[in-house]
Parts: sequence; structure tokens; C-alpha cells
Amino acid sequence: MAETVAKAASPARTNLRSDAMVGPRGAKPRRRLSGRNIMLYGTLIVVSLYYILPLWVMVMTSLKGMPEVRLGNIFAPPVEITFQPWVKAWSEACTGLNCDGLSRGFWNSVLITVPSVILSILVASVNGYALVNWRFKGSDLFFTILIFGSFIPYQVMLYPIVILLREMGIYGTLWGLVLVHTIFGMPILTLLFRNYFSTIPEELFKAARVDGAGFWAIYLRIMLPMSLPIFVVALILQVTGIWNDFLFGVVFTKPDLYPMTVQLNNIVNSVQGVKEYNVNMAATLLTGLVPLVIYFLSGKLFVRGIAAGAVKG
Amino acid sequence: MTQSISVKDLTLNFGAVSVLQKMNLDVAEGEFIVLLGPSGCGKSTLLNCLAGLLDITDGQIWIKGKNVTWAEPSERGIGMVFQSYALYPQMTVRGNLSFGLKNARMPAAEIEKRVARAAEILQIGPLLDRKPGALSGGQRQRVAIGRALVRDVDVFLFDEPLSNLDAKLRSELRVEIKRLHERLKNTMVYVTHDQIEALTLADRIAVMKGGVIQQLADPQTIYNRPTNLFVAGFIGSPAMNMLPVKTIDNGRAFQFGSTRIDLAGYDGGAVLERDNAILGVRPEHITIRTEAVPGRTIPAEVEIDEHLGADSLLWLKAEGREMCVRIPVEGRLPSGSQVHLMLDMPKASLFDAKTEQRI
Repeated sequence: MAETVAKAASPARTNLRSDAMVGPRGAKPRRRLSGRNIMLYGTLIVVSLYYILPLWVMVMTSLKGMPEVRLGNIFAPPVEITFQPWVKAWSEACTGLNCDGLSRGFWNSVLITVPSVILSILVASVNGYALVNWRFKGSDLFFTILIFGSFIPYQVMLYPIVILLREMGIYGTLWGLVLVHTIFGMPILTLLFRNYFSTIPEELFKAARVDGAGFWAIYLRIMLPMSLPIFVVALILQVTGIWNDFLFGVVFTKPDLYPMTVQLNNIVNSVQGVKEYNVNMAATLLTGLVPLVIYFLSGKLFVRGIAAGAVKG
Repeated sequence: MTQSISVKDLTLNFGAVSVLQKMNLDVAEGEFIVLLGPSGCGKSTLLNCLAGLLDITDGQIWIKGKNVTWAEPSERGIGMVFQSYALYPQMTVRGNLSFGLKNARMPAAEIEKRVARAAEILQIGPLLDRKPGALSGGQRQRVAIGRALVRDVDVFLFDEPLSNLDAKLRSELRVEIKRLHERLKNTMVYVTHDQIEALTLADRIAVMKGGVIQQLADPQTIYNRPTNLFVAGFIGSPAMNMLPVKTIDNGRAFQFGSTRIDLAGYDGGAVLERDNAILGVRPEHITIRTEAVPGRTIPAEVEIDEHLGADSLLWLKAEGREMCVRIPVEGRLPSGSQVHLMLDMPKASLFDAKTEQRI
């Protein structure tokens, strides 16, 4: 009985299926050269050209000798490639009395950036951690005041800070500038770390306390290993910010200690003699190279950090 | 019986908001006590106070005869299990279990021994070198229990440990926690909003509402003799039938709509004559009769018959009120049937409508 029913039902079912198979089937075909695609890719190509062009001009100019630069064909590639402008920008260009190129500024910038970045990230991460997990009376007010600091224009504070540093006896030294960078990095970095730490479940912190871990043990053994991504973000933010800083560098240091940006400015804006555009271009590219390298290196780390953090506990 | 935990006049304020007021609670050694209540009733807060994770405003907390009111969580001799497991994601299971012991600077050999023992009890031996991310929910919660276990403490605190698990795992782990308690004989304080967990696990249940313990008693008493309307309504599923009644005849009977029922056999205090009383009867304490018994039964009409497998729920209308009766499957009735309800008076509860207290 059951068999006959099955037999009777099967032709109807096949019919049904073959009906359904008529008409479109499988992946939807896509036309490569539709009007929409031409518009889209056309726009994208034009915009990319617009953005790449200045870089093109800079790189090309920096590889030309002065006679070729004077011809004025700024878009043309060099006929004769020369690295002389790069060498000159790095080690021979004169700023004021010093004629050792950008190399001096480069090392100054390194000496300023490295301790500033480390110091500011360390202090700010502990700040953020304490503000989230070890709340004290007035911690909200403290945080508000700290954030308020980031809304005051730097220029307002320049002169008072000069006086402060002078009284502390570190005006015009690298450490003075490091201190300024550390303090000015505080509001935004603290906000960054506070927000990140507040996404870590509170129960984790409680469990660690029951397990007998104190302030530093929880910070080092629980919070730090879970926070690699935000540390990389802070690193990128601080390295770029401090390396590119001009204002603090020119105000709080002396010519011997000028960071790379200030020195670059002095090379490009020096009015004596001929304007060596090729050297200027090379110097500018050199200065911009460091944040770029950091960005590419830590960008990879950043992605890895996010992937590692994605494993939920 | 020695006291394991003793809470004395515990008060906790968050700014102007008072969360716990003058709370007193004594837990005997080896007792399994469940704090039960709706969310926001202060049960987790109380647990956090016991653990030392919240600074209290006033009062004292004693654990094992020691005043630990100002002690750090790790100094209180407690282990805690959290709802979200709260395992350290970057450490292996072994690392999770030994973290607290390492903080206490315990010798490595002793740590090894304790971890092995916990792993044996909870059957997580094969998982020791995995990270929490590679474990299932049930396994994670076992590890979380293990983390309390290795501390070798007198008091276990559970903060809704099973809420994040699915129904099947929940009942499995519930039995396991019960077994753990049988084996270890520790004092356990267990917070939950699940009455099944409370009724099955507890030696005593503390039903809480608004930061106050409403009733503290063994599950039987809580279920059969709820002290007020809140406890009566909160415990039991489906909820207790609440009938607005008027007690008459000097407390010997009550009037429900037009029906008069004898109160004979009611297990409570002096009923007296009250215009506003509420009679609570659980669905399983009502039987269905086809014939009316004067002074004993209430006429009703069947509306819906819900088949639950083991038994059935009968939803009826009596004197214009919705009522629910649990009946055996064989006794199912079509809707529209006219029946008579007989209440099991010794198991009913009578409440004063104004004070909401049991009479």
C-alpha cells in the first residue's frame, strides 16, 4: 500500500521539480562593462590619480639634478637619475651654522619620540585602568577635567609652559620636550584606554581580586595581555603625532636639539642662494618616511592584535 | 551548629540609593543557601558584599568566626563562581586554576597537587592545557568552579552560575553542583533568579525583594507556607491562584463571589472576619469533581486544556476569575465543560490584602 502511494506521488514530484528548473539557475551573471561600473571605476581612477600626483612629483623631482629641475617639467620622470639630492638632504644641507643635513634632526626626533611614546602610553594605560576598575571618590570629575584639557588650544599654554620648564630647569632640553609631549598625550590616550578597558568584563576583574591579585598584578597579568590592539593604536597615534610635531619642538628646544620637522622647515625655507627643489623634496620625503614605516609595520601587528583579541573568554 | 557566615546589620548605599538595609543573615557550616529574587532585588549585591568586592556602608560580615568586614576578597576564605565564567582568556585552564595559588606564593608542588585534585573532581583533566576560547560553555563553567575549588576554602559563592547555559546543560550542572556539595560539605551561597535551581539545590532559600529578605526557610516551607503575597507569587510555575475572598462566620469560612467555602483544615493563625483577604492555592492543590459538594467546591467552566506531557494544565473560569489546575493526563476535559473545584485547604495560604502577610 505504502509503495503504491510512493509510486503515485513520484511522477508528480518530478514534474514539479522540472518546472522549477526552468528559467534562471545558479549564480547571477554579471556584466563587466556596465555603465555603472565604468562610472565607478572611472571616478576611482581619477581620484587615485589626484592623490598620487603630488607624491609622484616629489619623488621625480628628488631624483633629478638641478639643471633638469629648472626645465620646469615637474611631471616628467628624470632623464638622468641621481641620488645626490637625497645624500645632500640627509648629511650636507645647511641650517644655520650646522651643515650636517637632516641626520641631526632625525636622531633628535628619535630621542624625543621614543621616550615620549613609551612614557605617555604607560602612564595613560594605568590611568585608564584605574579609572575603570579602581574608581575613587571624584574619579569621574578627575576624568572630566582631564578630557577638558584636550579642548584647550595648545597655543594658549605655550608661554606658561615655557616658564614652568624654565623654573624646573629643563627648558631647552630634550627631557623638557619629552615631558610636554607626555602630558599633552594624556587626555586622548587616557580616554582611549579607559574606553577599551571598560569593554573588558568587570567579572574578570572581580575574579582576579578573589584570586588575590592586587592593582599591579591585575594590570600586568590580566589587563595587559588582553589589550594588545589598543596599545598598537596608541603607538601609531603617538609616534605619528610626536614625530610630526612642529610647534612644541620649535618652542621648547634649542637649535642643536631641533627635531626633524623643525630642521626640515629650516632647510626648505632658507633664503640664501638657489632654491634647491630636489633637495627640499628629498628632505620632505625623508621626514615623512618614519611615520609611514611605523604605520606599515604596526598595521600588520594591529590586525594580528585584533585577531588575537577576538577569542572571547 | 556553628555559624559559617554571619551578616550583621548590613547596610549598603550607592550615593542616595539604599540597596541593602540592616540585613541580618546567618548561614550554618556546610549549609547550601540560595538567594532568590527578581533582578534588582539586591541578591548579587549581597553576594558581592560577602566576597568583599563591594565596600559596605555599615554593619559587619563574619566568616568562620572572623570579622572580615574590612578584609580583602582573597583574605576571606571564599571562592567565587561568576555568571560569565570570567576565565582569563590568555591563560590555559591550568593557568586559570593556578593563578590564585601563585598569587598566594604557594609552592609549585602543592599547586600541582591541588590542580590535579580539582581536575579529577570536575573531570576536566584532558582540558588542562587548552585556552578557555577552545572550551564549551559547560566546560568553562566547570573550570570556573575549579578555580574556586583549588583555593580549598570554606565558603563557595555562586553568582548565577548556570544562567548562561542552555536548559540541558543547566540541569546537568545543577546536579553536579549538588553532588559537589555532598562531597565537599562546604558552605555554599548561591544567587539565582531561577526557582527550580533554588528549590532543588537549597537547604534554605532566602527570597529577596527590594534589598530585604522576605522569607528565609527550607524549600518545603517556602513552597507550602509562603510568608507573604510576594513569595507566594514568585515561587511556583504556573503561579499560585490568587482569589479575592471575604472571610465570614468568625473565620470558619470564606465567601468567593457567590460561593461559600469552609475553611476547615486551614493551617495558619486566627483568621477572624476580614473583608479583604486573598486565598492562594497552587494549581496542584486543586482537584476536579464532576459533582458539587456544598460548602466544599467552586463551580467552574473549562476554557483551555494545556497538555504538558507528564500532566496537563487546565485553565478555567470560576466566579469570573481565571484559575489554573494541574491534573493528570487521563483526566483531560474538553473546553466548555462544567466542573467543580475542590481546594486542598490544609495546603492553601490566606493573606491579608492590605498587609500582604500570611494569616
